[in-house]
Amino acid sequence: MAKEMKLMKGNEAIARAMIASGTDGYFGYPITPQSEVMETLMAEQPWETTGMVVLQAESELASINMVYGGAATGKKVATSSSSPGISLMQEGLTYLAGAEVPCLIMNAIRGGPGRGTIQPAQSDYFQSVKGGGHGDYQLYTIAPASVQEMYDFVFDAWDIAFKYRIPVLILTDGAIGQCMEKCYVRDYVPRWTEEERRKNAPWGCWGKPANRGHNVVTSLELESSRQEVFNLKLQAKYREMEAKEVKYEALNCEDADYVIVAYGTSSRIAMKAMQIGREKGLKIGVFRLITLFPFPKKEIKELAQHVKGMLCVEMSAGQMIEDVKLAAECSLPIEHFGRFGGIIPTSEEVLEALEKQIIK
Amino acid sequence: MTEELIIAGFGGQGVLSMGKILVYCAAEEGSEVLWMPAYGPEQRGGTADVTVIVSSERISSPILSKFDTAIVLNQQSLDKFESAVKPGGTLIFDPNGITHEPTRKDINIYRIAATEKAQEMGISKVFNMMVLGGYLKLKPVVSNEFIEKGLMKALPARHHKLIPQNIEAIEIGKNLIEAVHTL
Repeated sequence: MAKEMKLMKGNEAIARAMIASGTDGYFGYPITPQSEVMETLMAEQPWETTGMVVLQAESELASINMVYGGAATGKKVATSSSSPGISLMQEGLTYLAGAEVPCLIMNAIRGGPGRGTIQPAQSDYFQSVKGGGHGDYQLYTIAPASVQEMYDFVFDAWDIAFKYRIPVLILTDGAIGQCMEKCYVRDYVPRWTEEERRKNAPWGCWGKPANRGHNVVTSLELESSRQEVFNLKLQAKYREMEAKEVKYEALNCEDADYVIVAYGTSSRIAMKAMQIGREKGLKIGVFRLITLFPFPKKEIKELAQHVKGMLCVEMSAGQMIEDVKLAAECSLPIEHFGRFGGIIPTSEEVLEALEKQIIK
Repeated sequence: MTEELIIAGFGGQGVLSMGKILVYCAAEEGSEVLWMPAYGPEQRGGTADVTVIVSSERISSPILSKFDTAIVLNQQSLDKFESAVKPGGTLIFDPNGITHEPTRKDINIYRIAATEKAQEMGISKVFNMMVLGGYLKLKPVVSNEFIEKGLMKALPARHHKLIPQNIEAIEIGKNLIEAVHTL
């Protein structure tokens, strides 16, 4: 793995990682605050180098269905958008999940509801991990908190997507997308050859050899008993992911009396609140969620047994807090603090909320 | 060491690029860096500001309400960010277009007449590098030897011929900055 350091924006990191990780295609439609993803891809012209296809679709509906079509052949296909565009994609996402098609989607959340603002928010948590589209399904949902993670998680996304045949959602916002930080870039992973694709996606619609029947990629099953069996298989897959694929970061949680639970941009703000609080002598830790699905239930439950209270910080009216409370089995005071509509809380506000709502 | 800086002025004054050059130089030296522009439905002629953090440690919040240093290049930015300087921190302003000078007594205040000097010398395009030079004299967050390396990375190759002029402007800025009020 090469370790050349570059400075880049989070959105640029996503695009560069797509090229470097051997992505076959990107279909997107521009929307602030993530238009730099497609802009970077267009500037880099990977079709001239790796052969990756980059296409501006006529809408988000077209983008996600192009993803469905491309990914059904076992190719690594991605899209990105922001909240209103992701809402338009929900039908496509439930079909992709129902047909067990690996793919990559990035949502740079902006303040809602409706068209809302173009500023950072985290108000699409429910949409991301509680369905969004219809039916019992999950997306592997991962929340980067730095430019480096924006880059690295694209590589991880392809591993998970193909291992579990699941759409992967990188859930971020304009703050991580627009800020520029150091990023250590990797050597290019070549795009899969035809042979590799057939081996890695034996279920894909890439042509019928003589020795087997047709591969069919669909989410349609009119026989209820078979659909139930399929649902049980999906649920078993989700439970396996909960057992094996949870990611989180616990900062100063060992000796903490109080813990701030947050992900993405909010977790960075929480880290600073922790630093200011620790300077004042308050034993504060930060529990940063990295995967939102699978959710770190076991780890939060354990943490709840040795701290006095938790503050959930989200740029929403309080969504993740529901999962934190369930995981902690409401065994301790857990409160929410958030700003929304595109307003980012300050570290000072977070610390004040912790002192008022939890420490008292 | 952590330096939390805001640079603010009119769009087109080179506020964002000044910040970008600073983080490229600091990153070359091995520091952790963050460059976070205020983004929104901005328009030409409006104000632009960028948060820059240079640190020897992992950087936490990209969003700050208090700064170690504020560099303000117009009246709106001075009005907005004077109060955001931490007590004991530093405020640097260019007097061009300033009608109400900063008044705080609990911070260090410096003036750098870079707009005037750059116009006088016919090098208005590197006005922002003079300001950067003035800042670096007060806060040497980057060693001299890494400035050229940072410029090489920050500027596209077609502009590399301008690097000596940029470095000269930085040096001019170091001599141009003057104290108004120090603690």
